[in-house]
Amino acid sequence: MNTKLPEAEQLKLDSRYLRGTIAEGLDDVVTGAISEDDNKLTKFHGSYMQDHRDLRDERRRQKLEPLYSFMVRLRIPGGVVTPQQWLGLDEIADDCSNGTLRITTRQTFQYHEVLKKDLRSLMQQVNALMLDTKGACGDVNRNVVTNVNPHQSSVHAEVYQISKAISDHLCWQSGAYAEIWLGEKCVYQPGKSEEPFYGDRYLPRKFKIGIAIPPENDSDVLANDIALIAIIENDELVGFNVAVGGGMGMTYGETATFPRLATMAGFVPKDQIVKACETIAAIQRDFGDRSVRAHARFKYTIDDHGIDWFNEKFTEYHGEAMTAARSFELLRNGDRFGWIQGEDGQWHLTLYIYSGRVKDTESLQLRTALREIAKVHTGEFRMTCNQNLIIANISPEQKPLIEQLVQKYQLDIGESRPALRLNAMACVALPTCALAMAESERYLPEFLSKLEQIMSDVGLPEKLINIRITGCPNGCARPYLGEIALTGKAIGRYNLNLGADFSGQRLNRLYLENVDETTILNTLKPMIEQFAAEREQDEHFGDFLIRVGILGPERTPEMMHKPLKD
Amino acid sequence: MNIRLPNAPLTDEQLQQLNNLLQGLEGWQVDWLSGYLSGYRAAQGGTAVTEAAPSLPDQTIKLTVLYGSQTGNTETVAGQLAEKAKASGIEVKLWDMAEYKPRELKNEQYLAVLTSTHGEGEPPDNAMDLYEFLGSRKAPGLKGLKFSVLSLGDSSYEYFCQTGKDFDQRLQKLGATAVIPRVDCDVDYDDLAEKWIAEFVESLTSSMQASAAPPSASAAMSQLETSVQYDRKHPFSAPLLENQILSGRGSSKEVRHIEISLEGSGLHYQPGDALGVYPQNDPALVSMLIDALGFDADGPVELDEQTETLTNALMHHREITVLTRPLVEKWAELSQSDELNKLMESKSAVTEWIRGRDVLDLVQSYPLTDIDANGFIKLLRKLPPRLYSIASSQAAVDEEVHITVATVRYNTHNRERGGVASTWLADRLAEDATIPVYIDPNKNFKLPADDDAPIIMIGPGTGIAPFRSFMQEREERGARGSNWLFFGDQHFLTDFLYQTEWLSWRKSGLLTHMDVAFSRDQTEKIYVQHRIREKSIEIWNWLQDGAYLYVCGDADNMAPDVNEALIDIISQQGKKSREDATEYLRQLTRDKRYQRDVY
Repeated sequence: MNTKLPEAEQLKLDSRYLRGTIAEGLDDVVTGAISEDDNKLTKFHGSYMQDHRDLRDERRRQKLEPLYSFMVRLRIPGGVVTPQQWLGLDEIADDCSNGTLRITTRQTFQYHEVLKKDLRSLMQQVNALMLDTKGACGDVNRNVVTNVNPHQSSVHAEVYQISKAISDHLCWQSGAYAEIWLGEKCVYQPGKSEEPFYGDRYLPRKFKIGIAIPPENDSDVLANDIALIAIIENDELVGFNVAVGGGMGMTYGETATFPRLATMAGFVPKDQIVKACETIAAIQRDFGDRSVRAHARFKYTIDDHGIDWFNEKFTEYHGEAMTAARSFELLRNGDRFGWIQGEDGQWHLTLYIYSGRVKDTESLQLRTALREIAKVHTGEFRMTCNQNLIIANISPEQKPLIEQLVQKYQLDIGESRPALRLNAMACVALPTCALAMAESERYLPEFLSKLEQIMSDVGLPEKLINIRITGCPNGCARPYLGEIALTGKAIGRYNLNLGADFSGQRLNRLYLENVDETTILNTLKPMIEQFAAEREQDEHFGDFLIRVGILGPERTPEMMHKPLKD
Repeated sequence: MNIRLPNAPLTDEQLQQLNNLLQGLEGWQVDWLSGYLSGYRAAQGGTAVTEAAPSLPDQTIKLTVLYGSQTGNTETVAGQLAEKAKASGIEVKLWDMAEYKPRELKNEQYLAVLTSTHGEGEPPDNAMDLYEFLGSRKAPGLKGLKFSVLSLGDSSYEYFCQTGKDFDQRLQKLGATAVIPRVDCDVDYDDLAEKWIAEFVESLTSSMQASAAPPSASAAMSQLETSVQYDRKHPFSAPLLENQILSGRGSSKEVRHIEISLEGSGLHYQPGDALGVYPQNDPALVSMLIDALGFDADGPVELDEQTETLTNALMHHREITVLTRPLVEKWAELSQSDELNKLMESKSAVTEWIRGRDVLDLVQSYPLTDIDANGFIKLLRKLPPRLYSIASSQAAVDEEVHITVATVRYNTHNRERGGVASTWLADRLAEDATIPVYIDPNKNFKLPADDDAPIIMIGPGTGIAPFRSFMQEREERGARGSNWLFFGDQHFLTDFLYQTEWLSWRKSGLLTHMDVAFSRDQTEKIYVQHRIREKSIEIWNWLQDGAYLYVCGDADNMAPDVNEALIDIISQQGKKSREDATEYLRQLTRDKRYQRDVY
């Protein structure tokens, strides 16, 4: 056998367990960039390079290299940080980044606009907070997300511990991280493995694990490679239904790429769940398609081989088969805003954070407010997969103090109407993301205000609709689970997708291709008017479109590429 | 071909003979003759022309393949074309458009342009420079160039394959001929691209059999053109080609890269020379001055040889932004102001008063009653030209000259003021302006004649300018000597002058080392001399290997500090006393291995 490995695979193999020439690149002060190869490797370390795209052309004329900076994403399983950690993370935002913290759709923080010269310092400060950035990107297991259900505090606590255990268990182990970022001595020896589970080629592609606690699905669990649905019997966690092969990304024009929801495989008791996750990751490690990167996600492995094949492999690897999946019901994938009291009497406050951006502006001192809260809060902070924030475990005695701060800083606890913003998400896109073809985060407020007007006009200011916007088809804000979704095609032009459900269990489909805002609004307005007039009790917009026959309920990969209307 | 050159220093008869000869010649024979003539002239002791004499034409077809690619698809297709063409015996050069030198275009024979289209009809990032160049005034005539365009696109976009269409159109407009028509491919480009490749290669190989290679697009005529001698007294009115600010957003500086055309002037320069620029005074300042004096702005005044309006005289011919001691002395006499005359008694007081003040300050502070416009003009000295170190090499930019200008602006004595030339270039030049220029040769700042000699260049701020010309020159000459640059400024993100060019020279290997000092990116100030000291051992080693040292820039602080650092290095590394180290450096100066252009 003398077949040439694909570039991405060869790179991992040659990287000496993710070292590459990252350290040398950081020391090269003549450029703010690192090499293209190293940029692929730093992903495993939780960071990749971006450039300020608004300035790209201007700087080219100025004979200056692009304004390079780095995104750094943390590994925070379950999205839980202590107030002390919050204060530390907040400080890092000023020291090393652009003064903002961004809550991501995978329940963690990312920093933007970190200059190369500040990268090491940032990593060291993160490390001092007992956190790391390992595997926040790259071909390994990503941040394990979980539902933040504040009602059943004891179940949540147990699920959170499991999410942490899975994340720690599947974390990569090479000495590269400590050497490059923390200044430790090089331990690399040719021929000596530093990755007992992953090996020297890691996984074929990124790998995501999510957990839901029914009836809440704020983690959009079926969009993950492994979807775990907590099964609670007699108020006690007994185990998880396991579904496999979910994933969002696709490429325009490549019909072999498509978003997919995870397929139910069976049930695994809770004491076996960490090992089961390792088993599943091992199946992907060994059978994922490494020859074509666009076909390397686990969803294609499952789609190509089928669920029966998977179950056979699982039994073989795990030594035991899954039992039959148990019944469950998921009702919504949004967050529940405002104050909620848990079964143990503790209080939880869910705040709406626009696009997860924790920053101070003239009108809203959000970052300051949360810093003030962190100084007095004795519980913890939980980030949601919808980029919102829960101030969790507030004792009844402390509640007035927090309420006072919320009042003082006019924080958004989801009460003001219209309500559309509460279930809307957008990815970062321009000017930061290299992949973006259109605006997203910067455009969302404008789009929302126009849609809110329509909702108010038809008398539905209370109604929630899942709205997702992304700048490209790769799926960062899980666009294919939006009842209304826009994915960017070019500046000011989007694909319009319609018809997902309200609980993250049915994908939408492509409705109009490459259209401008006017066309989008002219398309949506009559649908919303009809919805206002004809909807059934508690019916959601996506379900309504299907009931009245505007589009069908079935989903095939072709439907993601061929618009219903030409 | 019939040359009519009004400026040619030939008699009618000579011109006639020349025309008779040229009319009978093939392109390749003209090429040969041009090389022969330069050699002939060089042998006579005239200026050697660096351009090598072209070899006899061969039968090989030379194809240059340029690609503009965002996602890599176009790059792949370009690679396929290159493979296929090579297999057919064609000599192929494959270029990422971003790395291709647009000026090479006029030397190309056959050209393939492959490009995708980005967003709403925009070129991919790496095609941007070439795309703009072809649409700009700098684009050369490309008669004789044969080409074809393949464009990749997505027909779901409104501006389908727009960039390919634009390239096609621009090349034709410049006189190039399409060998086969452009092909626009949709998302499923493979078949169409393959067909285009096959047809293109086929048409090239058939022309290879048909005849000898056609001449390159550039005519060699420029060698024969001569004109009047432009010099300091007779500056050439040079058209402005480009006026580009180099300082990034948020910089506290305003440094400009200015490209000027010398086409038809016959002016030649060497790396290290300076460009003399005759600036114009700020009309606002001129009119304030005239108002303060109470003169008629349009009234005539006598200059040396002509009569001008007062406004014109002050704008173009007299210095008004700098005060000189003789002027203040004369003014003191005329004004009979006690205060001013008292000031004149102390040399240092006058120096102090002059600093930061201009003629308007003098006029306002010590008004003169019995002076007329002619008398006033006679007091002022001529507006002198400003000198800028040239930032380009003619080997690379032909009949252009580039300079790097820091705009000088400051506020003193309650008025905004600025450098005459730098603010003129920055604020008051129309896009199609001409600039009176001449070449100011500097034989004391020259590259080593030995192309293998290593050089160390120390040029913070705009002191970097001549080193850009050095690098262009060494690149074009294929000089193998090592090159090391020390550069410094305030901030890495905004003040790194010509950063992308230095990076690409480092990538190509021409630039061996580059060390930078950005003084305000950390709490302690770091300057080039600190970086030089950090590299003591290496610098000493380079000096042992015969390296030439060049310093350009600030004369007040930087140059002495660098000099001091060099003495320390020589003394420490060479184990010499301070006196010996100083003498060592002096000897380097005598050997022309330590050259400075400081101001």
